[in-house]
Amino acid sequence: MIVTVRRDLAQILKSMGDCKRVYIVGCAGCATLCETGGEKQTEELAALLSEHGKEIVGRSVLDVPCDERIVRRELKRKPEMSEAEAILVMACGAGIQAVRNLADTVIVPVLDSAFLGTIERIGVFKEYCSICANCVIDNVDNLCPITRCAKGLLNGPCGGVVDGKCEVDPEMDCVWELIYTTLQKKGELWRLHAYQAPRDYGRKYTILRRFRKR
Amino acid sequence: MEGSTRFSDVLESGKFITTVELRPPKGTDMSEFFRKADYVRDLASALNVTDGCRARMHVSPLAAACLLRQKGFEMIYQITCRDKNRIALQSDLLGASVLGIENILVLGGDHPLLGDHPDAKPVYDLDTIQLLNAVVSLSRGKDLSGKELKGLPHFFVGAVVNPNCEPLELQLLMMEKKVRAGAKFFQTQPIFDIKTYRKFHRRTKNLDVKVIAGVLLLRSAKQAATLNTIPGIRIPERYIKRLQRTSEPLDTGIAITREIIDSLREFADGVHIMAVGREEVIPQLFQN
Repeated sequence: MIVTVRRDLAQILKSMGDCKRVYIVGCAGCATLCETGGEKQTEELAALLSEHGKEIVGRSVLDVPCDERIVRRELKRKPEMSEAEAILVMACGAGIQAVRNLADTVIVPVLDSAFLGTIERIGVFKEYCSICANCVIDNVDNLCPITRCAKGLLNGPCGGVVDGKCEVDPEMDCVWELIYTTLQKKGELWRLHAYQAPRDYGRKYTILRRFRKR
Repeated sequence: MEGSTRFSDVLESGKFITTVELRPPKGTDMSEFFRKADYVRDLASALNVTDGCRARMHVSPLAAACLLRQKGFEMIYQITCRDKNRIALQSDLLGASVLGIENILVLGGDHPLLGDHPDAKPVYDLDTIQLLNAVVSLSRGKDLSGKELKGLPHFFVGAVVNPNCEPLELQLLMMEKKVRAGAKFFQTQPIFDIKTYRKFHRRTKNLDVKVIAGVLLLRSAKQAATLNTIPGIRIPERYIKRLQRTSEPLDTGIAITREIIDSLREFADGVHIMAVGREEVIPQLFQN
């Protein structure tokens, strides 16, 4: 799930400029799960904007706005969307840009996309994956050091670990210590001795090209 | 200073050596920095210049090391993975070489969140093992992409290890990996507890590398307490008490630091002095 957080109202109003008549788009996927762009949140934003003198011409929670086919269908079904002076999008950056690609009006982002989250329970999300296109987790007991080490170190920890916690955040476990402990239990510490080569940042572009061509 | 003597030769000679860490200034006034170097001219085998120590921005260590080298000092250029990608790191290593600097200390670097630009992008394109690998690769005539170099740099490369970390096993694993990747010498985080160092020494004495133990000058109880909050630094309570009781904390700090140095003579190949602003008292640490 893409974890999003809502921007300050002041920032949203600033992005809207002089636009008065607005349409609000929410997301039934990730933004609903993390309670930033579901039915309730689009309704709350509508109320808030009305208080600030904006006219809400409509709102819909799309399933899901990062799918251009769904956005296209909604634009056909709801002509008021195109007639609005601004469309406020309560979705991640992928959703915002799908709407932007299809709607010929001012687009106002309402959320900041923060990270790819694993849901522990409602409201508790953990970042375990950076979608980096170079998965390295097989040798480290499937604990991603690129994401869970503050420095993304591939060959082992730095010297900043204190009582098993990261130098950057005393509440964050040092992933290398977790890796070490579990591999030790399994008798697989040999895995840590191998040299891990630098990441290939070019691989992502190769993958992107593949999906552009289809 | 033994400036004309190469650091690698002094280390190989087997005598107990001293290196001193200097932090370049934040700003372009180099006068104090040069003065600090002069205080230790006669006792240091080499001077380290930090690379954004504690993730704080200051004059480039390459520029600072080059200037001190012109003044006859033997230099150890510290290079961290924090701020530069593999292109910039290799380019600075070649830069060091053409400026006549061959001693390199490879570090990960404190995270930007701990420094004075917490909003900066943490780079860490390479980690220390990969950077050591790059140093070795350049010395053999190829860059990390396998392209041939015209003119080969010569490096004497070292790395850091933190004997204070628990579990020590993880640090030892990293140390061994660094040795395999080409590190010829190590400089450690500050040592305050000789028992910790003895334990570390027992586990590492068979490695074919020189270890220069870090020693940080204590100068007040307040400073000691602040240092204790830094990851990887542990100051025994008895030193803090001594610093609290005294009316001359700097003198007491010097006395404690001398004791630490003396007890390290038995185990280490040398000491790496961090005086953090009080470089003028370093000679007192070595007077009989």
